[in-house]
Amino acid sequence: MPLRLLKFGLVKSYPESRMFRQRDRLRPTYDAVIIGGGGHGLATAYYLAKDHGINNVAVLERGYLGGGNTGRNTTIIRSNYLTPAGVKFYDQSLRLWQALSETLDLNLFYTNRGHFTLAHTEASLRTLRWRAEVNKHYGIDSEVVDPQTVQAACPHMDLDCGGAPVMGALYHAPGSIARHDAVAWGYGREADRQGVEIHQQTEVTGIRVEGGRVTGVETIRGAIATPKVICAVAGFTPRILDWVGLRSPLKIHPLQAMVSEPMKAWLDPIIVSSSLHVYVSQTARGELVMGASLDPYELHSTRSTLDFAEGLAARMLDLFPFLSQAKVVRQWAGMADMTPDFAPIMGKTDIEGFYLDAGWGTWGFKATPICGKTMAETVARDRNHELIREFSLDRFSKYALVGEKGAASVGH
Amino acid sequence: MSQRLDPLPTEWIERDRLVPFSFEGSRYTGYAGDTVSSALWAAGQRVLVRSFKYHRPRGLLSFANHDVNTLMQADSQLSVRADVTPVTAGLNLAAVNTWGGVSRDRASLLNALSAFLPVGFYYKTFHGRFFPFWERTIRKLGGLSAIDPTAPRLRTPKQYDFCDVLVVGAGPSGLAAAIAAAEAGAEVVLVDENARAGGSGSYQLGGDLDQAKQTAELIQMAAAQPRIRQHLQTEAAGYYADGWVPLVEPERMTKLRAKAVIVASGAFEQPAVFHNNDLPGVMLASAAQRLIYRYAVKPMRRAVVLVGNSDGYRAALDLAANGVEVMAVVDLRAVQVSPEAHAIRAQGIPIFSQYGIYAAETNPAQDGVCAAVICPLSDTGEPRLDQRQTINCDGIVVSVGWAPAANLLYQTGTQMRFEERVEQFVPDRLPEGVFACGRVNGVYQFDKKLIDGRRAGLEAAAYLGFAQSVPSPVPAAESESPSHPWPVVSHPKGKNFVDFDEDLQLKDFYHAAQEGFDNIELLKRYTTVGMGPSQGKHSNMNALRILANINNKSPQVVGTTTARPFFHPVPFSHLAGRGFTPERHTPLYSRHLALSAEMVKAGLWQRPEFYRQSGFSRADCIRQEALNVRQRVGLIDVSSLGKLELRGPDAAEFLERLYTGRYQSLKSGRTRYALMLDESGVVMDDGVIARLGPEHFYFTTTTSGSSRIYREISRLALQWRFNCGIVNLTGARAAINLAGPRSQQVLSQLTSADLSAEAFPYLAVREAEVAGIPAILMRVGFVGEWGYEIHVPALSAPALWDALMQAGAADGIRPFGLQAQRLLRLEKGHVIVGLDTDGLTTPAEANLSWAVKSDKPFFLGQRSLAIVGQRSQSKTLVGFTLPASFTGQPPEECNLVIDQGEIAGRVTSIAFSPSLERYIGLAYVPPAQSADGTSLAIRNSDGAMIPATVSSTPCYDPDNRRQKESFLTEAV
Repeated sequence: MPLRLLKFGLVKSYPESRMFRQRDRLRPTYDAVIIGGGGHGLATAYYLAKDHGINNVAVLERGYLGGGNTGRNTTIIRSNYLTPAGVKFYDQSLRLWQALSETLDLNLFYTNRGHFTLAHTEASLRTLRWRAEVNKHYGIDSEVVDPQTVQAACPHMDLDCGGAPVMGALYHAPGSIARHDAVAWGYGREADRQGVEIHQQTEVTGIRVEGGRVTGVETIRGAIATPKVICAVAGFTPRILDWVGLRSPLKIHPLQAMVSEPMKAWLDPIIVSSSLHVYVSQTARGELVMGASLDPYELHSTRSTLDFAEGLAARMLDLFPFLSQAKVVRQWAGMADMTPDFAPIMGKTDIEGFYLDAGWGTWGFKATPICGKTMAETVARDRNHELIREFSLDRFSKYALVGEKGAASVGH
Repeated sequence: MSQRLDPLPTEWIERDRLVPFSFEGSRYTGYAGDTVSSALWAAGQRVLVRSFKYHRPRGLLSFANHDVNTLMQADSQLSVRADVTPVTAGLNLAAVNTWGGVSRDRASLLNALSAFLPVGFYYKTFHGRFFPFWERTIRKLGGLSAIDPTAPRLRTPKQYDFCDVLVVGAGPSGLAAAIAAAEAGAEVVLVDENARAGGSGSYQLGGDLDQAKQTAELIQMAAAQPRIRQHLQTEAAGYYADGWVPLVEPERMTKLRAKAVIVASGAFEQPAVFHNNDLPGVMLASAAQRLIYRYAVKPMRRAVVLVGNSDGYRAALDLAANGVEVMAVVDLRAVQVSPEAHAIRAQGIPIFSQYGIYAAETNPAQDGVCAAVICPLSDTGEPRLDQRQTINCDGIVVSVGWAPAANLLYQTGTQMRFEERVEQFVPDRLPEGVFACGRVNGVYQFDKKLIDGRRAGLEAAAYLGFAQSVPSPVPAAESESPSHPWPVVSHPKGKNFVDFDEDLQLKDFYHAAQEGFDNIELLKRYTTVGMGPSQGKHSNMNALRILANINNKSPQVVGTTTARPFFHPVPFSHLAGRGFTPERHTPLYSRHLALSAEMVKAGLWQRPEFYRQSGFSRADCIRQEALNVRQRVGLIDVSSLGKLELRGPDAAEFLERLYTGRYQSLKSGRTRYALMLDESGVVMDDGVIARLGPEHFYFTTTTSGSSRIYREISRLALQWRFNCGIVNLTGARAAINLAGPRSQQVLSQLTSADLSAEAFPYLAVREAEVAGIPAILMRVGFVGEWGYEIHVPALSAPALWDALMQAGAADGIRPFGLQAQRLLRLEKGHVIVGLDTDGLTTPAEANLSWAVKSDKPFFLGQRSLAIVGQRSQSKTLVGFTLPASFTGQPPEECNLVIDQGEIAGRVTSIAFSPSLERYIGLAYVPPAQSADGTSLAIRNSDGAMIPATVSSTPCYDPDNRRQKESFLTEAV
């Protein structure tokens, strides 16, 4: 047993302090205000303080830390995207992930499991080859493998898949999962240690813009003056953009997921099938965490649907028939802010001092560290970080889209 | 030693039917009607499982269908809930998650180490270099049941059902509600997760069977009521929008649509928190009462009863009436004056008022409780240890409070409020069509539950228009609270469990709050309270009270976590149903199989990839099929194409807006290529539009796009308010493409239509009979030869196929498959949408600008194209060839074109052309490299660089003489 745990048994009073301090009041002025206390917002706060020495920062969260999509996603981390911009960006994210538990000194249960994207049709095999080729070109560990390789990594899978046999797969060795809540807590704790203020239950009600530049933020606890606002609120982005008069092509779709009872470890890799609309991994606790594609309609709600659970369960049994008597414990949903090209919207906007971190649809969790890093630099220097240049909001009016649909839909 | 009582009128067991089963390798015998838990408890087995984290021995705790302490595995059946699963002959059970069996679990070492494993300990360490080792260890320790990879897929049926009123819970209030609603005229479905109706009315009796008799009468009334359908052993697993409720039964799932829902789901009894409150023998009062009255099992011999409400006194009376020696009643509250307390005293049972249980003591065999340490409580609830005393017992019965089983109510969107008088959350504002009664509504006394049930039943009936009367209000709240506000006694040694699923102790909550997790949702996520198999049914309420205590706030302010489906865990097979992988066959499917076709999936369709010839390789077969089209005549089943018919005054104008070409000017009897873009100017789909009359069009879409395009077109027709009707004929009609230099010769034998080039020129459409079948004939040239696409009613397709095969026999007709078709069109340089285009391809990039009439007033994507058109093009689709001398592994589709070490483009199509005797293909390249004769380098998947040359398309019959006239692309 690690020595670090000894103190808990040997000292009388519990030897831990608050991970994030509670602040009684808001300051009248901050150098920057981050709206949204999810992974992205907290990571941005952390890197602003750590990398750029800007720690007069407030993170404002209407609910509780990590309560949005940070705490609702299925935690898959990978970098096998399709476009050069995406591949480079997620590759940097993966590198940060690999050291993140130690960076934050919190065990995020970042665990490297390997990631298989199954192909059941010639068309999907073709797209996977495209991804593999682009990935390899940029040094990403990614290759198309045959069904036997899939079977060897996941001996219990039924390769016939209920009549849609596996024809091959994209294997991405660095594919990993992590404990999502801990990511928010880890960034929150370290940001707090750097002097950043975290205010939970503090809903933002408006943004003050004067002469095309941000001057402050209004909250249910009063107004704050600030020259810089970072908006990292996923499904609530359109509402905030309305306040400042920016347009975006974001559409909000529910994304659902569900979890099984814990069972003894039997599934090591992360399995994704875009044709079957299923992705699944097994947590350290033994639960199967499962997801599928977006609900096909726009909806600003986190309600669950039965047809989702039915469809996903059926697809799961196509892959793993022996789970028939295993049980699903719980289902839930998040609001995904979808862009037409399945790539994010990041960086500066036409409003001076208003920075956007949005369009994270179904792929935001894996980008948490790199988003924090690049957004922090963008804010500190008031210049878009090189890695996010292609993700700017004006790409839509310029028709310079980043076509990630082939790599981002379903295969979170 | 059997703990079975003499027969009771309320019991569910059938004493003349013995059921042998085994548990942990030992044999047991129960009665039919027993659950696994009751049979084992009756046989004297006390340790049923080991706990999740510390592997402590656990017995029966709540016995209320969510008893986590009784998760077992029966061969391939995972997580069997022993408290609710009936014993069946031959059942072979083992406790989950033990290391060497339930009685000698080696992992119980963790119990001794628990001081070093504080809440969230796994976040605090194990990271770093040795994480993979620790992760493996944690994964080994985690998890409950072990899968059996050989277990078969179960195909569980589903059914749909409808009703006026769904009543969830067949206890006293639910029965009363169902009867009242049915008598008012509503069709009622009454569900209960137990094997029999009656709920607490049949076992919480206070030692008196009279209430059980009243309940039995209610059950009979409900059974006799023709408008009530009962589903027992059935869980209402969740509530979804608009009264959509899945009913999970042992053998099926019923998806029920209810016009109104009455939630009468009762309450979960809650444990008290004291040291060793998890020892086998410590159980909730309702568990002891169920054991007695349902299964005639004596829960223990000598009991100490911890109470915080009058239910506890009634439980003590039930125990005493059934042969349990009640050593003491320990009441958390001040002295009570009530009939029940009087009855207890009358039996000589001592009552310790304002006392608590400080600890339970373990027996020498370590398999259960042997004594309760009790002591008085100060006014602030602190134990006064100087006055403690020990009472020997082999069971502690706990009755300190309840939490509403309000999961479904939360899912309906009901707003709950914390009602101090009953110390629980009760519905504050119910959504329309949702009603609540009984304990979930804060009503506990038997008589009042009947009144409240009747009220809810009548309200639901009135809501649906069956009853006129204005029902009476909810009965007044109880005179005393059924729940104690603080059933918690701290202990320096801990092991006072709050969450039994997750082995969470009292101190864990204080520590989590100290670390900043003092919000109910954060507390849940950090401690994992309520995340175990019982989903907090026995732990969330105490966790909430503890957090309220820490924050010095009311439970109302602290709030609850979100209740989501499912109420109880639901097997995958129930959700999945029988399983359904849809597959579409064209009417010619049997013809293809008879001709040894290798079938391949194209969307949902099964299509012939090629026809196998014995003695020839796949490549040879494809080559022969293609050559036969070039040299003689072939036919291919293209029935999977989307086929739409459009009629109406606005039909031509509508097409003009949907597609990039001109259709107003299209003459009747002519066809034209059709290209559709999305609003951003990206190629979406293509096909052929034929004009059959001034207001009548017939047109095709790609196979993969057919349903999507039909949906989109239908939407746009409505949105744009065009006066035209669209019919999707994709399944109703079949199509065969007859192609090759001898196709005219073959077809002429089957039709009287004039097939001459003058009468039926290229790109014309004719309606004529072929082999006596009414058909639409189109002169098309997708494969680059003279040909006809023949569309007929689906049922006539086999007759047409046979007639063509027979008529063409002398001319060497042969069917060809998808592969040959792809090759033939590639020789012609024709684009396949979806293969040679991707999600961002514009017409210009795919060389389809010729099909875009930009000067039209409007078409989908036009505005975007105008903007994109001002930008320089970054890629363009070109034909390429490999040298004729090339041998070895050719590139595959999606291999990259590399220029000076950078990605320049990618291959979209490649095949060996037998006509040209070399590999040919299509690839995206930068415009600067698109000139004929430019050298390209293609990188194979294995890294080999393959030289290729840009070559103008079509590379076969460049002047398109063979198909006659102009260029045309057909969709596949």
